Amino acid sequence: MSNKLLKVTGIRKSFEIPSGILGKKKILKAVNDVSFEIMEGQTFSLVGESGCGKSTTGRLVSRLLTPSEGEIWIDGEEISQKKESQLKKMRQKVQMIFQDPYASLNPRMKVRDIIAEPLLIHTKLSKLEQQRLVSEILKVVGLNESHADRYAHEFSGGQRQRIGIARALIMKPRLIIADEPVSALDVSIQSQILNLLKDLQSEYNITYLFISHDLSVVEHISDYIGVMYLGTIVESGPKDAIFSNPQHPYTKALLSSVPIPDPKLRKERIILKGDLPSPMNPPAGCPFHTRCPVSMEMCKTIVPKVTQVALDNHFVSCHLMSS
Amino acid sequence: MSEKLLQVEQLQTEFTKDKQKIRILHGVNFHINKGEVIGLVGESGCGKSLTSLSIMGLFKGTSGEITGGHIRFNGQDITSLNVNEMRKMRGKQIAMIFQEPMTSLNPVMKIGEQLMEPIRIHLNLNKKQAKEHAISMLKKVGIARPDEVINEYPHQLSGGMRQRVMIAMAMSCNPNLLIADEPTTALDVTIQAQILELMKQLQQQEDMSILLITHDLGIVAEMCDRVVVMYAGRVVEEANVFDLFEEPKHPYTRGLIGSVPKIGDKRDKLDSIKGNVPDPSDMPIGCKFAPRCTQVMPICLEAEPTSIMLENDRLCSCWLYDHERGEMHV
Repeated sequence: MSNKLLKVTGIRKSFEIPSGILGKKKILKAVNDVSFEIMEGQTFSLVGESGCGKSTTGRLVSRLLTPSEGEIWIDGEEISQKKESQLKKMRQKVQMIFQDPYASLNPRMKVRDIIAEPLLIHTKLSKLEQQRLVSEILKVVGLNESHADRYAHEFSGGQRQRIGIARALIMKPRLIIADEPVSALDVSIQSQILNLLKDLQSEYNITYLFISHDLSVVEHISDYIGVMYLGTIVESGPKDAIFSNPQHPYTKALLSSVPIPDPKLRKERIILKGDLPSPMNPPAGCPFHTRCPVSMEMCKTIVPKVTQVALDNHFVSCHLMSS
Repeated sequence: MSEKLLQVEQLQTEFTKDKQKIRILHGVNFHINKGEVIGLVGESGCGKSLTSLSIMGLFKGTSGEITGGHIRFNGQDITSLNVNEMRKMRGKQIAMIFQEPMTSLNPVMKIGEQLMEPIRIHLNLNKKQAKEHAISMLKKVGIARPDEVINEYPHQLSGGMRQRVMIAMAMSCNPNLLIADEPTTALDVTIQAQILELMKQLQQQEDMSILLITHDLGIVAEMCDRVVVMYAGRVVEEANVFDLFEEPKHPYTRGLIGSVPKIGDKRDKLDSIKGNVPDPSDMPIGCKFAPRCTQVMPICLEAEPTSIMLENDRLCSCWLYDHERGEMHV
């Protein structure tokens, strides 16, 4: 049946933060032992608050960053430590869509050239052939030929994101990493882009690694979800399991924090105390214990192990589950 | 019964660009009762923030000016106040919190000094009393170690704490009206939940009115009593929050509500509104929403609909309802 397109095991990434001229360097553990896999043609979403390491994970998978530890398998090939020159083949299969459609398109290039750039790098197609592909892809993302000779600033946010998608799509990638692709857009435009991403998936069997802080968007687009907190995945599983049967106290609080667009459903929420701890100085034990409403003594010292809670690939890292 | 605290009547605001006047607000009408929470919603560029800046008279350094209409606060027309009179009003009777707590706090001033500024100016307290008041305000908004925080700088605080400081500052002179422009947009959801809860609590304690500007319909449903929907510098619909979500009347409101993904929603496809918000310098004739509307009729392309009153004191500017109800213009 469908095969695993992406398998990530135990990846870690830390950054050194200089502090002053003579100060000791601090270590920021952005991603700390993250593992997940995605079946071909499915969508796996990483969801969490700012600073939880979801974007860093996306950048590690696309190898814009090199992991300090761990393995990344894409389509049967391990790429975690490959050199840039060896990555060219993989880059054709993996493309990215970024959050800010204003910043991720070169303002001095015509749309035609922005979209054709991957072809220039990866293929030896003639100019004519390239332009034929560009016109084709513009139609696919809902723009038209006449847009090709304009510059990025002439477009609205939603149209710019379509250009970004066209650029990602032109290499016919197997995996698209979409880092907050709709966060900068208005709701009415956001839904246009989400619908487009879904259509493209069913048409071309694309696999998505979708990164977002917005739970309602994530529920709409995903098959599987991983909830991240301070660099680790605290709960992962099929969409329905996460939303209808969340197990980790953080997932529960996160779900309860989302305002529901229906005034009849106003509810008592679980309000977490305090702020996200700094990843430079993460708490010992369970990373969530400082804000957890049901924290126990052992949570302060022992890191919880990943436990499977149900048959359907639903995993939780919490002492409440393992005991 | 309910007393009107703020009345915005036929408000017109214009900017000058290349010696040309561009009108952004085209006769905005709504009111806020005492103790009421009003949501002002719409997509970016629809004039929500400009409405709040017009109320506050914050046009310094821009070419913006109010060119028509009235804003009445407690019955008094505040559009005719001079700079000094307006200054006395701002911060005391009407206070505002902004979206980005980092850019709206002064980075080189200690939290305490910033908090004490409006307190000393408006409440006529001496330094010691102002400091005590500042600390008690920080306590009120749930800051854990207020006597230390007043000696810290904004960069030492997290986003959620900064927004709490902003709220403390806005609330410090007991305003009758709080204008909150996207107060939680820059915050994470768990922090957003904290801040919304805090605003709700304070609003009930102090019986304050809030004008909440947001693009997040979830927050509107959670917080507001009544909702004003804006499009292209006009109010297109106004209704109490339950009616609006139960049965949105204007096609734009319907499109907005339909395009929000909801948790537990099994729709495979979201509704979306085709096209984009029109450019203020290049507005279509007739109804401004017509080019994007799914129910557009010939008349919509010719004439602009006026606001009509529907059941339950709802207002809607759409030709669909004019046709059904004959000549019931307001």
